[in-house]
Amino acid sequence: MTGMPATSLGTGKALAATPPAGHYDFSRKYWLFVLPAVVIILAVIVFPWLFTFFMATQEWQVTGATSFVGLANFYTLFQDTRFLESIGHTFYFTILGVALPVFFGTLAALVFHREFPFRGLLRTIFVMPMMATPVAVSLVWTMMFHPQLGVLNYLLSLVGIPPQAWTYDPATAIPTLVLVEVWFWTPLVMLIVLGGLAGLPKEPYESALIDGASDWQMFRHITLPLLWPFIMIALVIRTIDALKVFDTIVVITQGGPGTASETLNYFLYLQAFQFYKIGYASAVVVIFFVIIVALSLLLLYARQKSKWDA
Amino acid sequence: MTRFTNSLTNGLTRRGLLRSGAGFAGAGLIGAPALVSSANAQSKFDWKQFKGEKIDVLLVKNPRADLIQGAEKAFTELTGITVSSEQVPEQQQRQKAMIEFSSGRPSFDVSFISLHVQKRLAYKGKWLEDLKPYIADATLTSPDFDFADFNKAGLAFATQSDGSIQTIPQFVDYWMVYYNKELFAQKGLAYPKSMDELMKTAAALTDPSKQIYGFVSRGLKNANIPVWTSWLLGQDQQTVSPDGKLLTDTPEAIWAAEFYRKLNKEYAPPGTIGFNWNECQTTFMQGRAAMWLDGIGFATPLEDKTKSRVAGKVGYGITPPGPKAHHSATFADGIGISRGSSKAKKGAAWLYIQYMTSKKEQLKLIKSGAGSPARQSPFADPTVNEGSIFPKDYFECLLGSGKIGEPGLPAIIPVTEFRDVFGVALTNMLSGADPATELKKATEAFKPVLDKSEL
Repeated sequence: MTGMPATSLGTGKALAATPPAGHYDFSRKYWLFVLPAVVIILAVIVFPWLFTFFMATQEWQVTGATSFVGLANFYTLFQDTRFLESIGHTFYFTILGVALPVFFGTLAALVFHREFPFRGLLRTIFVMPMMATPVAVSLVWTMMFHPQLGVLNYLLSLVGIPPQAWTYDPATAIPTLVLVEVWFWTPLVMLIVLGGLAGLPKEPYESALIDGASDWQMFRHITLPLLWPFIMIALVIRTIDALKVFDTIVVITQGGPGTASETLNYFLYLQAFQFYKIGYASAVVVIFFVIIVALSLLLLYARQKSKWDA
Repeated sequence: MTRFTNSLTNGLTRRGLLRSGAGFAGAGLIGAPALVSSANAQSKFDWKQFKGEKIDVLLVKNPRADLIQGAEKAFTELTGITVSSEQVPEQQQRQKAMIEFSSGRPSFDVSFISLHVQKRLAYKGKWLEDLKPYIADATLTSPDFDFADFNKAGLAFATQSDGSIQTIPQFVDYWMVYYNKELFAQKGLAYPKSMDELMKTAAALTDPSKQIYGFVSRGLKNANIPVWTSWLLGQDQQTVSPDGKLLTDTPEAIWAAEFYRKLNKEYAPPGTIGFNWNECQTTFMQGRAAMWLDGIGFATPLEDKTKSRVAGKVGYGITPPGPKAHHSATFADGIGISRGSSKAKKGAAWLYIQYMTSKKEQLKLIKSGAGSPARQSPFADPTVNEGSIFPKDYFECLLGSGKIGEPGLPAIIPVTEFRDVFGVALTNMLSGADPATELKKATEAFKPVLDKSEL
């Protein structure tokens, strides 16, 4: 535009900006703009993490003296059967609490993607659970699960099914909590997948129709592969959320019966805010962090692999 | 204000101590009547001495806090002290109190303390003022405060191991048995006179075909501990000895656990393993359980005809005697003054506590059905049951339980962890585990926690 070749302008600027070897050009004013972000990241992300690691190496009791114990808290954790059980419960809950909403959410998205009467109204009703307050809704579910007076057993009795113990039995506590999770979070998955469906290209379907492909074949070989990146986003969000589950558990079962539904996050809450074992709880946080990061990396890797251009 | 500060830090405290002649540190409760006579020596009391002060109060959310907040306007008119109080749900209030007291500068001057949970923690953390010098000071304590009127159970909770009194008890909760008189009458049964009889009565009243069960009580871990300790008190045993040793795997403790298991497994509705007090209350209110062991503080909704199918049919029975003793598991809340508060506010806080635990306010407490007062005088008041929704046996149960009250939880710092560890053991028993094995395991797990807590 200016008549000067782009390449020569670029080269000239690059030369001017290159400091002599071994020296930094502190005159660059843009550092000032970066600094606030660096300070905030150090203060609200890096420092808390470093301090958590520090606390995990301390015997830190409220009202008691604090002392350095090295990795003893981690050693004790791995001897603590309740902690190990809570990891198992967390994975059990997460697998069911991710797989079922993703399955039903995808199914619902495929249904709501089609044209039919009152589609908009029904779709609005379908997403309503997601807008509810988890604690309030959990209280309602608690009443519904009551073995003698709950509405769920009454409904079962109408069709001749014997009453169930729901969250009042160690064997069914987690699956029942997952039921609440499915009710709550299936709409979120549906919205994500529905967004994906709206953006799918039409050409592959036209080609498939010309080639005589059936509905199932089009779904299996076109829709599903193209939708996969969106399903992966739903999986990542749901996995992180399910791993961190707390509100429904604290309201409905408080980790019980016994410790049957005690997940890692609830175990952590007990140690920190009920038993006031700050050092021990910090060690749980570190382990929890490692698990979340590992799973997130795994899922992000899977997401990369599932991209359309991969 | 200066006079007040001086009185606490210099002459009057010492004079009060000498005048009482009781030797506060060791005498504990014995010294209390002497303090009262000292306090009563002052005939005219100046309620306006801290006029213009403002205090912050941390309350636990419950009907008793509603009563207190309702009385604050009259308190301000009487004293000229402005009050800013906040109700926080029980669990969160305990956390807030713990965190803020530990910081050394809490945002409140007066706090409610669940004495059955945080008594020892408050003592070790030096959260609260010792109120004995305040009680002894006739210029600070109204002559009609009558400290000797507080009952034995409440004072036992309020008194720390060194004899200091860090809270004034406001509410004492007695564990007793609610029973459905109609179901008892249908079977021609009377209220049981012993724990063994209670078991037989529960068996006789259980009819699963009609979804009627003889007994219901808490099964949810943590919440279930007072049920077990109620039976254990019948063996005249606490869970921790006075010298701090766990007594949780003794033959008596195993007997109480087996008793707990049999009642909750064979004569209670299915699912009690996950029941807290609210599920038990609902079951009882719907007429599905003939007996319910719990705190008397849950009585009010039972007599509400719009909510309860058993209103007017509820009997209130004192926990029956066990094989060796007759006790009622007891719990209490007290009000204390923050040690971290400015000295200027402590006097105003003390007037607030006096007012809110006065005979008049404690009578209001029992008449409203908000709970059982820590004073004895409300029970003797001729108007106590005037217009009350409760029958005569409710008041008899309160009075009788007060005479046999014993702490339902040990006075240790890690009481929540105690409840959790042994609560899980009890829950496991309901799932079929052996009581002796579970208690032994829980005792081994908890012993190091207890040992470490007192270091």
